[in-house]
Amino acid sequence: MFKRRIPLFILAFVGTLLIVSVFIPPMENLGEDFTLFFDIIAVFAFFLGGGNLVRIHFGKLRRRKKDWGFSIVTLVAFFFMLTIGLLKVSSVGGVWNIPLLGIGDPAAIAASPTTEGSWFQETFNYVINPLQSTMYALLAFFVASASYRAFRAKNREATLLLLAAFIILLGRTPFGMELTRWVPESFSVLQIPNMAIWIMNSPNLAGQRAILIGIGLGVVSMSLRLILGIERSYLGEDRG
Amino acid sequence: MEAFFEHFRLWLAAFLTLGIFSFLYKDNPWYKLTEAIFVGISAGYWFVVLFWDNFHGKFWVGAGEYSINWVVAKLTGAQAPPPPDSSIDFMLWVGAFLGLLMLLRLVPKIGWISRWPLAFIVGSTGGLWLINYFASNVMVQAQATMVPLFSSAFGTGFDQNADAVIGALIIFLGTFSGLVYFFFSKAHTGVFGGTARVGVFFLMITFGASFGYTVMSRMSLLIGRIDYLLGDWLGMIK
Repeated sequence: MFKRRIPLFILAFVGTLLIVSVFIPPMENLGEDFTLFFDIIAVFAFFLGGGNLVRIHFGKLRRRKKDWGFSIVTLVAFFFMLTIGLLKVSSVGGVWNIPLLGIGDPAAIAASPTTEGSWFQETFNYVINPLQSTMYALLAFFVASASYRAFRAKNREATLLLLAAFIILLGRTPFGMELTRWVPESFSVLQIPNMAIWIMNSPNLAGQRAILIGIGLGVVSMSLRLILGIERSYLGEDRG
Repeated sequence: MEAFFEHFRLWLAAFLTLGIFSFLYKDNPWYKLTEAIFVGISAGYWFVVLFWDNFHGKFWVGAGEYSINWVVAKLTGAQAPPPPDSSIDFMLWVGAFLGLLMLLRLVPKIGWISRWPLAFIVGSTGGLWLINYFASNVMVQAQATMVPLFSSAFGTGFDQNADAVIGALIIFLGTFSGLVYFFFSKAHTGVFGGTARVGVFFLMITFGASFGYTVMSRMSLLIGRIDYLLGDWLGMIK
């Protein structure tokens, strides 16, 4: 009863309430209030997530599993970031501020941890930012190698995909512009940059719209399945 | 000291960048080290951001601090805080209460209670998204797809130039045929199958264009990293 029916009731009640609230003017802000609740719940959910990270890496350390040394690095990095972020550690002009420990300027306690000069923001700028962009940049190599192997004009569909990608790639580079500069202005639509623009604004837009409408209808049907209690996988049940 | 930190930061970012790039050779300890740093630092970053923005900025300032002060004042007999103004919203305690229920997952015997806040999240997401997605993804997109080609303001003629009219027709045809392709409740045969096939062509162009854009964005990031290494770090590019 408590384990299955109450969650189903909460879900159906809250879901229906939010749908109905859209049509009742005094309740129209209910969605914003509930979004605020989400934000607060997310912090507690992150306690679980962060706790799980610590538990897993401590477990690897305790059992001396393969690559346990890197678990130490992960844990040190995690606690370092927590410490400098939660204590709002900063050093501006050689002056240290740790307002929560009473060191330095006490007014710094009101500053956001992402203020320029804070260690937290510096770590973001010089550690997270380069790591993140390099991770994504690394994908350029893998995408290039995968497309070399996978892109074969085997049939009409594959040829269309290949051509569209090729034109978009060329159309966004100076090389693409140079390649078709000789095409007279009266046929400017055949210049690669213009072809790229046309592809983006016409057939691509049509495909995007079909996908967006499909996603919209999919979300509506999934929401209905959840609210009506047909979809119960969030409770850890496989059967609908 | 400042100069030392300036150099340290430049070298640190370069060390981490090269560590990630070292994966192009093969999986190696340098890459694993940077990966471990990335995981730890990112998790810590998001925890801190959520704590200060959501917990402190929304709950603590909005209700938590006042409530705790009031309870402490009542318990200790100290002077109670002044009556709450409009910035205090006690409803925020609902979010905090549900959040606390979520932590019960850590207590095996009553861990099932953590399904309640989960049901709240799923239910409100479903309720909000049902309306929002239907309005923005279905109605707005359908409306933008079915634009009028004729207008009384233009007599019996088209209301736009030939390019725009052909473009509008292509968009309608592509969207409609794409949707037909996504309709799996009917066998894709005959006219229906032919329309679905046209839809596949449009979808392929879309995927090709998205692929081209993704490659371009990754390339631009790669150029940015190389620019950092050769410019900011080594000073070879002025």
